[in-house]
Amino acid sequence: MSENQRIIEIEVLRYNPETDKEPSRQVFEVPFTDDMSVLQGVQYIKDYLDGSLSFRWSCRMAICGSCGMMINGEPSLSCETFLRDYYPARVRVEALAHFPIEKDLVINMEGFIEKLESIQPYIIPKEERTLAQGEYLQTPAQLASYEQFSSCINCMLCYAACPQFGLNAEFIGPAAMALLHRYNIDSRDAGKAERMELVNSEEGVFNCTAVGYCSEVCPKHVDPANAVNQNKTNSAADYFLRFLTPKGGAK
Amino acid sequence: MKKTLKRSNAPIFWALFGAGGMLSALLGPILVFITGLAVPLGMLLPADTMSYANMLTFAQNIIGKGFIFAIISLFLWHAAHRIFHSLHDVGIHAGIVAKLIFYGGAMVGTLITAYTLLAIGF
Ligand code: SF4
Ligand code: FES
Repeated sequence: MSENQRIIEIEVLRYNPETDKEPSRQVFEVPFTDDMSVLQGVQYIKDYLDGSLSFRWSCRMAICGSCGMMINGEPSLSCETFLRDYYPARVRVEALAHFPIEKDLVINMEGFIEKLESIQPYIIPKEERTLAQGEYLQTPAQLASYEQFSSCINCMLCYAACPQFGLNAEFIGPAAMALLHRYNIDSRDAGKAERMELVNSEEGVFNCTAVGYCSEVCPKHVDPANAVNQNKTNSAADYFLRFLTPKGGAK
Repeated sequence: MKKTLKRSNAPIFWALFGAGGMLSALLGPILVFITGLAVPLGMLLPADTMSYANMLTFAQNIIGKGFIFAIISLFLWHAAHRIFHSLHDVGIHAGIVAKLIFYGGAMVGTLITAYTLLAIGF
């Protein structure tokens, strides 16, 4: 193992809000092998070089969505980004952009959680079915229409990628909009009118200027930009047609 | 939902922006070619294609009027929206003032176009 073990420099953005006035950079020299991810690199730092370094992780296999970081300026899952792809250059690791830093690489995700709650991420049936009536059935085609939008792992990479969220943290943003869309187009759901209020609002879809970077960085190919842009059309239709239909989406 | 949500008026500007974008993508290049290259350089089209008499007849025709109006007005709305949002992107949040200048500009342009097209008669 030692012959293919090399040393890479990892530059980490450090910040402890209790003691530091502002974030600063610290460089560590980390021995690595070809199969080591950036996450394993920062784990090495914590285990052997500086135990005070904070970061989030869990699954190590791009499923839990907790290890998102800016790696050389790009929002990435650190468990599926490899040190070998940066060597011999230095790799720069920072907390996800556009979020307040809790400590080092850990961001405060409270705002995001509130957004997830606000879209009512559950099926709102037209009529409750009793147990005796059985399950809510759905055809494979009906499933296929929203499946892609249900693969989100809440990693928030798309928020770190979105310049409009960076300018206005109130913007509901890509992942929450993709999830909202997922429920709105689910054949078993009847909550669209309620959710459209959010889509139509000043925090809604029209903050998006169709940059598309959110979909590029998404590790699960959710394509949140697609959900946002489909809902611009939905929202515009709702805006103009509400005068024609008895009950439109919002006030 | 805790916050009271205010409906955004963006769909109006977005729809005008979208219509203008579609039109400029479809017709912009060919218009530049016709008015900027083909006619002045005498390529493909007869030299008097855009003579005053021809253009006046075109602008007095009801379909011609509609075409000219849509091109000028929607292009203006498209440009106004694009510039307004680009300013926001580069960090200039001029807010209501910029909104008035750009959308107001497009509105004035639209009105002048409409007035002129009506003034030259049918
Ligand atoms: S949409 Fe993609 S990038 Fe955004 S939070 Fe979900 S999985 Fe992550
Ligand atoms: S550790 Fe779970 S996605 Fe990276």
